[in-house]
Parts: sequence; structure tokens; C-alpha cells
Amino acid sequence: MIDITNIHKTYITGTNKLHVLKGIDLKVDAGEMISVMGASGSGKSTLLNILGILDNHDHGEYLLSGIKIEHLNESKAAQLRNKYLGFVFQSFNLVSFKNAMENVALPLYYQNVKRKKRNAIAMEYLDRMGLKEWSHHLPNELSGGQKQRIAIARALIAKPKVILADEPTGALDSVTSQEVMDILTDINKNENITMLIVTHELDIAKRTQKTIRITDGMITEIVKN
Amino acid sequence: MFSLDRWQEIYSTIRKNKLRTFLTGFAVAWGIFMLIILLGSGNGLENGVKEQFKGGAMNGVWISSGITSIQYKGLKTGREIKFSDQDYKLIKNSIKGYDHISARLFLGSVLVSYKNEYGSFFVSPSHPDYGYIKEIQVLQGRFLNQIDIRECRKVAAIGEKVKAQLFKGKDTVALEKYVCIRGVPFKVIGIFRDFGRDDNEQKRIYIPITTAQKVFYSTNVINQISFTTGNATPEEADAMLRKAKMTLSRSHTFSPDDPRAIDIMNKSEDVKRVNSLFAGIRMFIWIIGIGTIIAGIVGVSNIMMISVKERTKEIGIRKALGATPASIIGLIMQEAILITGFAGYVGLVLGVGLLELIARNMPPSDFFRNPEANFAIAIGATILLVIAGAFAGFFPAMKAAGIRPIEALREE
Ligand SMILES: Nc1ncnc2c1ncn2[C@@H]1O[C@H](COP(=O)(O)OP(=O)(O)OP(=O)(O)O)[C@@H](O)[C@H]1O
Ligand SMILES: [Mg+2]
Repeated sequence: MIDITNIHKTYITGTNKLHVLKGIDLKVDAGEMISVMGASGSGKSTLLNILGILDNHDHGEYLLSGIKIEHLNESKAAQLRNKYLGFVFQSFNLVSFKNAMENVALPLYYQNVKRKKRNAIAMEYLDRMGLKEWSHHLPNELSGGQKQRIAIARALIAKPKVILADEPTGALDSVTSQEVMDILTDINKNENITMLIVTHELDIAKRTQKTIRITDGMITEIVKN
Repeated sequence: MFSLDRWQEIYSTIRKNKLRTFLTGFAVAWGIFMLIILLGSGNGLENGVKEQFKGGAMNGVWISSGITSIQYKGLKTGREIKFSDQDYKLIKNSIKGYDHISARLFLGSVLVSYKNEYGSFFVSPSHPDYGYIKEIQVLQGRFLNQIDIRECRKVAAIGEKVKAQLFKGKDTVALEKYVCIRGVPFKVIGIFRDFGRDDNEQKRIYIPITTAQKVFYSTNVINQISFTTGNATPEEADAMLRKAKMTLSRSHTFSPDDPRAIDIMNKSEDVKRVNSLFAGIRMFIWIIGIGTIIAGIVGVSNIMMISVKERTKEIGIRKALGATPASIIGLIMQEAILITGFAGYVGLVLGVGLLELIARNMPPSDFFRNPEANFAIAIGATILLVIAGAFAGFFPAMKAAGIRPIEALREE
């Protein structure tokens, strides 16, 4: 599903050059659930952004579901993101003035699904997350765990092939974190969606099939859990 | 691009940011409101002034005799020029291209009676053509004709107010009745309406000039020669006037440069002057109005810019979820167009409403009547608004399209 070879990324800020990713090779099969660990600043988010086509790599090759990701214009990138990828962030990134249902439905808006229909689908997904009664609440009326479940529903609604989660439990307490992980593993199992989860917590990483450790821009260890 | 869904998306954004939207729209509403008020007032002023030109052909020329003010060929200044039938014939034969011509006498205000009713009216001896030059409308009977002139008939065409004043009570039929002008009976042959603004224009009596010369003067004196320039171009009309002046200057021996020997009133010249004055005023108003609207647009653009900045995260999220740059541009531009369009429309309605209120409650004066913003202005303003909205939205939209999701979504 994901196949990257020798990925390099250098950030240039003013006169400073920061070589963040120094040749990453990684193969992720369809339906795999993988965690990524590493020290702060080691390049985890950078890698995830490149995989999410939110950022581009300087060197190397990236194949997403067999499609070569290279020199894409913004529109094409947007389409690929919409079709193949779902994102879950540490800080949820819900649209503050949209209610839960509208947030979940947003990816379908960009697939030109009619309002009624996409709201109905969004309700189904909210129901699956146990948040049906909260559908008309704004994000700031919800708890962290609820917000993250909404974000997950939003990531799922367009039926992506891959979900990329950058510290999805980073802002949650341990009980809620486990609940979120329950949901993610469920989805992975039942819908065969490939998952990459960046985390700092070992017990979260343990719940995935494989843990990749990144040190200073390189993969230094792959552990089966 | 203009799907209902997009509008709903914009509507939901606007609804949730009411204050921001209100502030954005206010400047535009104000700009359009001011433009409409200014244009309407300009129209009011123009209508008021143009009203004063009513009654009489727009291409009319009136030449009256005066007193010389320049020494010429050994003749001293202060000489009174007196026109006679001779001058009327001279002018008639020398200028080409006029379509109506008439000589006139000034009798001034004259006591006129019918049985026991009296009134003071302006009696105007003239040729039949004067009816055309003055563009009067015959309501009953007829105006003067050539036979009246040739036979020096004692006939009179009276204004409708004259008729109303002299023919009251049971005796309301004026035609064929005799009215006494300075004690001389004249048969009423017609009743007319004059479109002149002045009430005195309605209180006029026209009689054949030949009759007046014979009955009241016993000479062939005249006071004024008037003609219309037909469909002559302004240059041709000018040439006609010069020719008339030269002719008179030669026959009465006064300097062609003498401004006082004869007095020429040229209506088309006046109308032209006023028209160009108002063209200037209108341009001035548009410049001010557009300036105000531009200020509004810059305001909208600025606020949208801030709003884009505030919405950086939202836009980043949208992009991560699959929004293309084009859809982001469309979203911001359409929001700007919607806000400017709606706010501008409110300004338009308020402006037109206020003008209407003024028009209804303010008595028309000499210099101000019927302030109006016509349909063309409203259409023009609407088109202007959409363009303005697009302009206002353009830069913020480009900025929004350039937002990179990783930067927008980076954890603080
Ligand atoms: N847009 C950018 N411009 C310049 N430098 C950047 C940019 N994004 C990240 N970096 C730098 O690249 C390095 C790797 O950042 P990255 O966010 O990938 O780390 P991380 O492994 O996700 O860390 P954390 O666990 O703290 O989230 C850091 O030193 C960071 O400062
Ligand atoms: Mg990170």
C-alpha cells in the first residue's frame, strides 16, 4: 500500500539547512497497523506529512497504492488526499464553527456528495462512534475523547485506504487513549484500512502490529509486537 | 462553481461569523448608499435647473433690440436700435436653415376684459410661427394664421389661465367671444397651454403682429425677432446667428462687436452650457461615489484578509480533507461577492428609499426637484457591486489558496 525508498527531506530556513529525513525505506502492506516512535524532533511528523502528501520529499520514491507521488500540482494532491487518505491529529483539527455532523461530512463535500446525503452518512459514522446525540454540538462543547472520535469518523467517511494519525492520543488521558485505540484497531480489523500511528507512548505502540523506531531521520529499528 | 451546496457552505460560515460579516458589509452598504444619494441629488439639481428651460423649442433664438455701447462709423454710443418689419424681412431672407420665424412686439401687461370680468395679462403680438417656437399646445380652436396677419384681423389666442379668469360662472365658452384689449375688441379664436414654468406664460394672449402695429402703434415697429434653427448643427446655428447679427449691424450701422446693440438669447447655447455643467457634476459625483465604494472594497478586502488569517487552520483542514486551491478561491471569492452584493443591495434600497422620501416630502424648488435614482443607475450599481466583490475577494482568496496545510496544522 505504501512503498517508500530512500526518502530525504531537508528544511531550509533562511541560511539554515536542516536535514530531517536521511534516507527512509519503508513498505507497508494493505491492512497493516504500524506505529512510529522516536525522540522529539526525530522526523516522525515530517515523514507522516510526506506520506499524507501534505508536504513533498526532496529525494527518493514514494508509491501510494501503486501511484507514484512526485511533482503533483495542488489540485491533484488534494484529490489523492481526499480519495486515499484520512488524517487524525493530536489536536483534533475540527472546524470550530461547524457542528459534529458537519465536520464529519466535510470530506464528502469535496466529493460533491449532496448535503442531505452526506449529512445522513455522517450521522451513521457518528452513531458508530457512539456520538449520535452529540451530532449538533460544536467542537468546543465536547470532551477531548469525543472530539478525537469525531475526527476519526471524519477520517473514515471518505473510505480511505490509509489513515495517518499523528499522536492521536497525545492530548488524551490514558483511559480515553485506550478507548480511541480500541476504535482504531477495530477499524483496522473490520475495514482492512492501513494505519500509521505516531506515538510517544509505549502501551499505545504495543497495540499495533509493528513498531518502527526513528532516530535522527533514519529508521533504526522495526519491532513486531 | 455556483452550486447550491457552495452557497450553503458560505451561508453557514457567514451565519457563524455574524459580527465579522456585518462589519465587512457595512462599509460597502455605506458606499453604495452615498453613491445613490449623490447621484439622486445630482439628478434633482439637474431636473430643477432643466425645468427652467421648459416651454419653448430647445433650438430657439431670440434677438431683441438694445442700445449701442461702442462708437461706430462716427456714431456715438447710447443710440437706441429700433427694429421694424424691414428687419424681420431682412433676417428672413438672409439666414438659411431656420424652420420657424416670428417678429414680436412687447405690449407688456395689459388690462383685458370680457363683460364684467377684468384681468391684467401679457399681450404678445406675433406671427403664427411663434406658436411653434414657443411649443404651445392648442387646446381649443386654433392659433394665429397667415390670413390673420395679412388681413390684420382682430383675433386672439388666449392662455388657459386667461380663459379661466375671464370666462367664469355660466359664461364659460370663450371661442368666438370678444374680449377687450386696451378697449379694442378681439375675437377669441383659440385657447392654448404653454409648458413654461412661469405662471405668466399661462396668462398670455397672442394677437397678430400686424393688427397690433396698426391698432396700437400706427407704425411697423417690432421689438424682437425669434426663430428656431431647425436641425442645424451647433456650428451651422452659430453661422446663422452671426449672419443675422451682421445683417442687423449693417442695416442699423452698429459695430458687429457691440454686445449691447442687440441682445441675443440662444437657448441651445444655454442648454449646452447647463448640460456640460451637469456632465461635470455627474462625473464628479461618480468619482466621489466610486472613491467611497473603493474605500468600502478595500475595507472588505482587508477584513477578508484578516478573516483568511483567522481561518488559516480551517482552510488547512479543508485542504487536508481534499479541498483544491480552486475550491478555496471560489469559497472566499463567493463569500466576498455575497457580502458586498447583499450589503450593497441594502445600501441601494436605503438610498433609493431616502430619495423617494425626499422627493415626496420636499416641494420642488427652482433648483431642486424630483431627486431620482433611475433603473439604469441601479443596474449599473449592481454590476459594480459584483465586480467590487470579486475585487475585494481576489487577494484574500489568493492568500487562502496559498496556505500550506502543514503550516496551518502544525501544533503550536
Ligand atoms: N516546516 C519546517 N521548517 C523548518 N523546520 C522544520 C519544519 N517542520 C519541522 N521542522 C524541523 O524538523 C525536525 C523534525 O520535525 P518533526 O516535526 O518531524 O519532529 P517529530 O519527530 O514529529 O517531533 P515531535 O515528537 O516533537 O512531534 C525538527 O527539528 C523541526 O524543528
Ligand atoms: Mg511530531
